[in-house]
Amino acid sequence: MSQPKTLFEKVWEQHVVAEPKGEPTLIYIDLQLVHEVTSPQAFEGLRLTGRKVRRPDRTIATVDHNVPTTIDGRLHIVDQIAATQIATLRKNCAEFNVELYDVDSREQGIVHVIGPELGITKPGMTIVCGDSHTSTHGAFGALAFGIGTSEVEHVLATQTLPQSKPRTFRISVEGKLPMGVTAKDIILAIIGQIGTDGATGCVIEYAGSAIRELSMEGRMTVCNMSIEAGARAGMIAPDETTFAYLKGRRFAPRGAAWERAVEEWRKLPTDAGATFDRELTIDATTLVPYVSWGTSPGMVAPITAKVPDPAATQNEQERKGLERALEYMALKPGTPLEEIAIDRVFIGSCTNGRIEDLRAAAKIAAGHKVSSHVHAMVVPGSQQVKAQAEQEGLDVIFKDAGFDWREPGCSMCLGMNPDILAPGERCASTSNRNFEGRQGRGGRTHLVSPEMAAAAAIAGHFVDIRNWEVLEEVTA
Amino acid sequence: MEPFKTLTSLAMPLDRTNVDTDQMIPKQFLKRIERTGYGDFLFFDWRQTPEGEPVKDFVLNDPRYEGAQILIAGKNFGCGSSREHAAWALSDFGFRCVIAPTFADIFFSNAGKNGIVLARLSEEQVAELMQKAQTTPGYTLTVSLESQTVTDGHGFSATFDVDPFRKFCLLEGLDDIGLTLRHAAELDAFEREHDEALWLKAK
Repeated sequence: MSQPKTLFEKVWEQHVVAEPKGEPTLIYIDLQLVHEVTSPQAFEGLRLTGRKVRRPDRTIATVDHNVPTTIDGRLHIVDQIAATQIATLRKNCAEFNVELYDVDSREQGIVHVIGPELGITKPGMTIVCGDSHTSTHGAFGALAFGIGTSEVEHVLATQTLPQSKPRTFRISVEGKLPMGVTAKDIILAIIGQIGTDGATGCVIEYAGSAIRELSMEGRMTVCNMSIEAGARAGMIAPDETTFAYLKGRRFAPRGAAWERAVEEWRKLPTDAGATFDRELTIDATTLVPYVSWGTSPGMVAPITAKVPDPAATQNEQERKGLERALEYMALKPGTPLEEIAIDRVFIGSCTNGRIEDLRAAAKIAAGHKVSSHVHAMVVPGSQQVKAQAEQEGLDVIFKDAGFDWREPGCSMCLGMNPDILAPGERCASTSNRNFEGRQGRGGRTHLVSPEMAAAAAIAGHFVDIRNWEVLEEVTA
Repeated sequence: MEPFKTLTSLAMPLDRTNVDTDQMIPKQFLKRIERTGYGDFLFFDWRQTPEGEPVKDFVLNDPRYEGAQILIAGKNFGCGSSREHAAWALSDFGFRCVIAPTFADIFFSNAGKNGIVLARLSEEQVAELMQKAQTTPGYTLTVSLESQTVTDGHGFSATFDVDPFRKFCLLEGLDDIGLTLRHAAELDAFEREHDEALWLKAK
């Protein structure tokens, strides 16, 4: 019997191209996802050095970050700099023979939504993208991580990356999640506990019964925010849930090749007795719905809690950080989170813009009306998610309740398109970052689950979803 | 990439923790397709009021630190988005070294690829440098990559760790792709075999 290995170690070892002495390991990259924002300078680099894209068949591109989310807006992009960036991607993909899912494609969407739904993302792969939320794909048992533009160019040219081997960190979430507590709450709880630099230099493996019970959408939500805990990547062992999700998808293997693939993928989960550099166990039964109150994803608290008092913090630098965050967020210590009124709601993003997220939000919204002082928008993660939601009638539920139903893209998660907060506006958002100005200069972001966001839209302030009255049954 | 040997420069204190890359270069500047010209937008929202007036008490606007090439900051510097534009903006503004207790992973890698040396010192050491840079007019530091030291010529001296290969690349100003292509034969052989693993095919 060989040495027991972790999921991460198995994937890593299958991708080692070279291990030059005294240098980082050269690992092979099975798939690179490309979008308009972090790629223009990389393609330009290839042109300047006369290099080609080594493996166009292992590269796909889409437009997501700065595409407008209204039909008119997409037909005539007013922002000329954004339009140029999109046109540049189009030109680069044509020149370098890379498949592009363009604005008008039925497959267009946020890179981290379309990779899985097209069956391009698969267990055991190495996946990179010039986007820190690439960790999403780890939900399939892939090693997936975000890179900078120089590295994008490196992968385009060589299909490899020099990488120092990260440390391993297993977080086991054991037990049954209480009603109203979601995958988003699991990851917010983890970041709140270990901090935004709690997993720096590590690849996290999420394990335990609560993780195994999650759908693929839920697992993607958890892995997506690994970066918010500082991790290089997050991974979850592939299992029957993974295979059931992948089977029959456009780029999934078929027939005998499918059987062969599943056989290989079944070898990936961490062996009994394998060791991690760090371990943490979380009791799922103690988790609650969370809301972020500050300007860093680690600044979260249970919905039943109050805005913390910086004066209670001993460390001076930490206290200054808290004071600054509360000043930016215009919050007073001791305010119950449930009393915080909101102006905007954003349901979408690579964290929570998938079909299951929209179903969950629709279930809360059905039969209710969005508060008169709130503007709430739902932005599906992809064209396929949008089509599926419309087939299920979710768009009608949202529109009847007064939500704005939009076209797919990253939208107000980072506000690179026209969807931004006005200065001082407060938003309940299903996205992943509550940094200062993230959703628009002076905007104030509170991170929550899709259910909590939908409920906040209706109530006009945060509410404990566990006490929510579901008015109408929604059947898919 | 410009080689980095030894740098002596004014040190600018940015007394904040968890400085994320969204702050270093806000979203609206990521739409450009160039690699240069980001320096004017570095810490844009902290430097300028919404009306376009300079924020007087923000350190980048403080004439005492004009020309500083060394930035001192709190822990977890560079967290968040993978945007290399953050490193481009720092470099374009003139910074060649950042000193902090810890750095986020992706930023760490991006900085290295743009010739920026990131020196990790202890929280206590950083606090001392921060305080001196805030209170001593013309406070100057010398960062030597060769000896992996930070000194101020007035008794402060600290060493920092650097991965030997990263150090070599920074000292020589080497391009990564060229280095990788030394392994072209191994890559070709690996790829031929790896392509047989159909379950790892993208499409």
